[in-house]
Parts: sequence; structure tokens; C-alpha cells
Amino acid sequence: MKYESQRVAMPYFIFALILFAGQIVFGLVLGLQYVVGDFLFPEIPFNVARMVHTNLLIVWLLFGFMGATYYLVPEEAQTELYSPLLAWILFWVFAAAGTLTILGYLFVDYATLADVTMNKLLPTMGREFLEQPTITKIGIALVVVGFLVNILMTALKGRKTVVNIVLITGLVGLAVLWLFSFYNPGNLTLDKYFWWFVVHLWVEGVWELIMGAILAYVLIKITGVDREVIEKWLYVIIAMALITGIIGTGHHFFWIGPPEYWLWLGSVFSALEPLPFFMMVLFAFNMINRRRRNHPNKAAMLWAMGTAVMAFLGAGVWGFLHTLAPVNYYTHGSQITAAHGHMAFYGAYVMIVLTIISYAMPIMRGRPYGNSNTAQILEMWGFWLMTISMVFITLFLTGAGILQIWLQRIPESGEALSFMATQDNIALFYWMRFVAGCFFLAGLIVYFGSFFIKGQASPAEEVRGPATEDA
Amino acid sequence: MTMTDLTATKARHLPGDLAVWMFIFAELAVFGILFIGFTVARSLDPATFHAGREVLHPWIGLLNTVALITASYLVATAVHRLRHGEQGTQLRLWMAIAVSTVYTVGKLWEYADLYGQGYNLGTDTFFMFYFFLTFFHFMHVLLGQIILIVLAVKVGNGDYDGTDMNGMESGASYWHMVDLVWLVLFPMVYVLT
Repeated sequence: MKYESQRVAMPYFIFALILFAGQIVFGLVLGLQYVVGDFLFPEIPFNVARMVHTNLLIVWLLFGFMGATYYLVPEEAQTELYSPLLAWILFWVFAAAGTLTILGYLFVDYATLADVTMNKLLPTMGREFLEQPTITKIGIALVVVGFLVNILMTALKGRKTVVNIVLITGLVGLAVLWLFSFYNPGNLTLDKYFWWFVVHLWVEGVWELIMGAILAYVLIKITGVDREVIEKWLYVIIAMALITGIIGTGHHFFWIGPPEYWLWLGSVFSALEPLPFFMMVLFAFNMINRRRRNHPNKAAMLWAMGTAVMAFLGAGVWGFLHTLAPVNYYTHGSQITAAHGHMAFYGAYVMIVLTIISYAMPIMRGRPYGNSNTAQILEMWGFWLMTISMVFITLFLTGAGILQIWLQRIPESGEALSFMATQDNIALFYWMRFVAGCFFLAGLIVYFGSFFIKGQASPAEEVRGPATEDA
Repeated sequence: MTMTDLTATKARHLPGDLAVWMFIFAELAVFGILFIGFTVARSLDPATFHAGREVLHPWIGLLNTVALITASYLVATAVHRLRHGEQGTQLRLWMAIAVSTVYTVGKLWEYADLYGQGYNLGTDTFFMFYFFLTFFHFMHVLLGQIILIVLAVKVGNGDYDGTDMNGMESGASYWHMVDLVWLVLFPMVYVLT
């Protein structure tokens, strides 16, 4: 760790991982509720568990992105963080607000929560993934503004690097797009437009910039490849992400009521959305093949390669699977969507946060060469268990989705099974998905276990060619 | 250097940066899919496409084609001159920018004319493709012009001396891609029935 203030990333990472655990527990509750409908009813009904599962995901990824930013921006800018105190204050504000919101979901019914938080003054509640009470939304906006001020002040006083510029552009985009969550038009089509401007333009737009920047930073550090080479790749990747991703939003507009041309634009542009993810795979493997040093933190390298591959599969391939309008006509809102959502979020965003955690945490804990071999082996076990489980979760959901479409969507009306009758027919897939989910939890426990093994890797490393200033 | 050596060296040389080529291929993929979409949609509804094409201004299209080809010629000779250390690189780049402006003005005039007649993106499938495809290409021409301006300024400042051709060749390759796309787009949208 080159700058003392980078250490403020630590609480962000730890809290992110705690929320990650919560997300997985609620995922398992949901998985069981798919097949045992009254499990935990009426204490935790399905809709509440689902809200907690998805909201925890969003919030912990935000914590992860913030932690990553606090860690890498000072080092890239070669200066201390503008205000570590502000970072600490915002951490506690965000953690308290996030926890209170989740507790609110769990212990108060949603209508009462809306009342208590005075939603009627500025109604924003009730939309999928954006269920947070208005005051929480305002809180998130304020925390992000404070965070951005802190980061911008840091970046502006130091060295300007492409990694910092791309990362900060992504974060500013994240903040600006969040503002659409406050606009809640009465017209349902308009409402969906603005909802997607947050949801889609986050995950298929600005978050890709954040992911690309974090990946580039970790690759610079662990491979020792020249910054110029990595920066060039980063530019191409983010250009492709924005060219395809922005108009690609159209694949969500197919059936919400806008003009017909979105069928074409949404299909064509989103069909190309796998490209930036494919480039990330080439990028990661290419840089690692050309590495000028063998960094002793092997686990971080594994996560870096893993996130590129899994993001390409989950976001790219599974996204393409149902993005063309004639296909999506049958598949929208089916378990195919759920399959895509799971692998894409895990591959692109969960894994990129775990990549930077894998790289930065040992350094912040006084282990500049990474964790001990035993800890790394355990961490890699966690990697494989979680990743393979996620592959199976995705495959089982895909199977469920195909059968669901076959029974419920393809037959002419009258012959098609109803939604609930179809669900009974695909229960076997849900059971298998639940088992895969249990393995995922096991992987998570192993992963957490790796943090409690003492010692650090040996400093011996093979350096190929002259060392760069970044290495 | 023997002829074989020369061919071997030429075969290995990629003009410009690999990153630019990846970008160019990605761009060509976008246009390629749009072209395939256009062709499929036209075969499904030839009457609408025929009627739509009748309203366009093929002479403007032809003028634009000549402008883009001329600009590409000027860019190519500019690269040649820089590589061989000859005078006139900057002048050729500025001339290319000036000539390509014929295209931008022509395109804007046609948009204004069609829009004035009540055609827009939502008129029918033909006009959806016409407006979207050509405007998407138009934006690429603008980006290409900005790149040419940067190159011209850099040449003027003496940043390029002909030993490192990477920046110049990258910019020129991008410009030729923009030109190439139009050479497919023009006959497909304006001419072929």
C-alpha cells in the first residue's frame, strides 16, 4: 500500500462481504420458496425475500465499487485521499441507511414503510430493484455526491491516468443516472423508460466502465505490462461498451409500448453487446500471457481471468440468447431472464469486486505479496465452488426457462398451460437450482474462511524484463 | 532487400494500431448487422422500400460518394507524403476535411428536406433504416473529421516526423473505414431495387 489513506477501503470491502453473505442467504430462502411455497410464510413472504436479495446485491456492489475507488484512485493519482474522514463518515451513513432499509423491508410491511417514510411527498417506491424508500434514495444520492467530491478532489490534485478517468466517468454516470429513480411518471410506458434508464444504463453502460477500469488497474499491478498497452485496450473496450450498450437499451423497450423501430434498434445493438465483454476476455488473457512478472498473489490473477470469462458468458452469451426481438417475444420475463441475470451479475460485478478485494485486502492487511499459500488455495477453492455452482444455477434456470416457454408461451392460447401449472412442471429444475445454491453458500463459507488464515506469500517472484514504475 | 523480403515485410505490416483495427472490426460488425437487417426487411416488404427510395435524392448521394472518395484519396496521399518525408501532408489533410464537408452539408440538406416533407424515424421500416443507418454513419463521419483535424494539427506542430507512423495510420485507417461503409450504404439504400 503506497498511501495510508487507501486503508479506508477496508471497511467498505468488509461490509460489502457481510451484505454479500446476506444476499446469498436470502437467495437460498427464495430458492426454497420456489418449490415450498409457504416456507417462512407469513414472516418472510416471497416478494419481501426477493426485494432483500436484489437490494442487498445492489448495495453491496456499490460498497464494493466505493471501496475499490478509495483504494485505487489515490494510488493512481499518486497522492493521499482528499479526505479520509469524509470517507469514514459516509461509510457509516451509508451502512446505517442500508441496514435500516433492509430491516424496514423485513419487519414492516411495505405499505407501512411507504407511510412511515413519507413516500407520498415524493412517490418513488414500488418499482422493481428501486423499492428503496424515497429518503433512502435521497441518502444514496447524498452519499454518492460526497464520495464523488472526495474522489474528484483526490484525482484532480494528482497524476491523471486513464484508469482514473474511466473509473470516475463511470461513477459520475452512475450518480447522474440514479436521478432518474426520482422521476415516477404516471404513464406506464414512460415509467418503464425511466426505470430502464437507471437499471439498464447502470449495468450495461456505466458499470462496464467501472468494471473495465478496476480490471485494468489489477492487471497493471499483477502483470507489470506497460500502462500504455493496457490503457489502449481499456479505451477500445469502453468505446464498444457505450456504442452497443446505450442504444442496446432498446432490447427492454420491445413490449412496453414505444414505436416499432425499437424492435430493430434494440435487437441489432444489443446483439453486439457481447463484443466488449469478449474483448475483456482477450484483454485479461493477453495481458497475463505478456506479463513481465509473476505476482505471488495467484488468487487475484485467477479472479481477474474468471471475471472476464464469466462476464462474457453471463452478460454476453446468455444475454445474446434472448436479446433478438423474435426470440424475446417468447422468452421475456421467463426463467431465461433469471438465468442471464444470475450469471451476468456474478460474472461481471460480483467477481470484479472480489478481484479487487483479492488484490487489495492482503496489502491492506500488511501482506504486500499476497496471502500465504494455504490461504490462497482456500480462496481458490472458494472461487471454483462459487463459480461452478453459479454455472449450474444458470444451466438449471435455463432448462427451467426452456421448458417454461415450451409449455406456457409457444402453444396457441387455450392449449398453453397457465403460469402456476407450468411452475409445477418445472419444479425439478428448481430443486436442482436450490442444491446448486447450497454449494454456492459452501463456496462462500470456504472463501470467507480464507481470510482467517495467517501468514503471507513469500516475496520471491520471477521478474521478466525491467520493472515498471507501477509494478 | 529482395522482392520476397519486401512482400514478407509488407504482409506483416498492419497499418496503424491493433486497437484501432479491433475498433474498426467492431464498427464493421455493427454496420454489417444493420445492412443484413435492411436487406431482410426489404425482402419482407419490397413495396414500402421501393416507395421510400423514390423520395430520396440519389444525386446528393452520388455527390457525397464523390466527396468521401476524394477525401480518402487525399488522406492516403497525406500518409504517403508523411512516410516519405515529403511536404504537403498537412495541406492534404485540411483539403480532405474541406472536401468531406460537402458530404456533411449534403446530408444535412437531405435530412431537412425529408423532415420538411413529414418523413421521420417512425414513418415506416424503410425510413427507420434510412434515418438510423445514414445518421449513424453521419456521426462516424463527424468523428472521422475530428480525427483528421487532430492529425492535421499534430502534423502542423511537428509531432509527426514520419518515423513513427502509428498515429497517422490509425487515424487514416478509421477514415477509410467510414468511407468504405458509405460505399456499401449508398448503393444499398439509394440505388438498388
